[in-house]
Amino acid sequence: PSRPVERSIRTKLTDQLTPDHLEVHNESHMHAVPPGSESHFRVLVVSSQFEGLPLIKRHRMVNEALKEELSSCVHALAIQAKTPEQWGSNPS
Amino acid sequence: LCAAADVQKALGDIVQKDKVVVFMKGTPAQPMCGFSNAVVQILRMHGVDDYASYNVLEDSEFREGVKAFSNWPTIPQVYFSGEFVGGCDILLQMHQNGDLVEELKKLGISSSLLE
Repeated sequence: PSRPVERSIRTKLTDQLTPDHLEVHNESHMHAVPPGSESHFRVLVVSSQFEGLPLIKRHRMVNEALKEELSSCVHALAIQAKTPEQWGSNPS
Repeated sequence: LCAAADVQKALGDIVQKDKVVVFMKGTPAQPMCGFSNAVVQILRMHGVDDYASYNVLEDSEFREGVKAFSNWPTIPQVYFSGEFVGGCDILLQMHQNGDLVEELKKLGISSSLLE
């Protein structure tokens, strides 16, 4: 099935944060929404752009990249934002 | 003066009024969303019971106002001493890496995890 929101999230995070590693999980099926919904997502972003930045700033960068999605269809976004070093020592 | 500006002014007062302020869906006794519930449970684990919580589901104008005030697109939102801390993911990670105990200490709150 085509997943336009998931694809758009992937594209925007890739373009704006140049991640070493990116995971985008649609977790909408775990919530009370119609089948095939794209409303609840979890992302894992590993980027050297996060180096030296507190969590709040990293999350703001992800939120900023996805502001269009967050103000329309995406109701919930769980974020893990790691540096390559943190990802290397704990890849979860 | 429009209502939206009034909401922003009220929010400025609200986050200063109490050491720990949570904007959430539902109430601590009855959270209406898993992410809001996670914040309630984390605070409970640290023995933080005495905090101000505001239910954004009661008023859509308030809910949108909170998001604009913090420049943060999702609920829940946590404030310590008037400073925006973050949402559920950040609080969870601060809990896991020990930062939460330190931040509570700065507020003069001794985490019950230290007992």
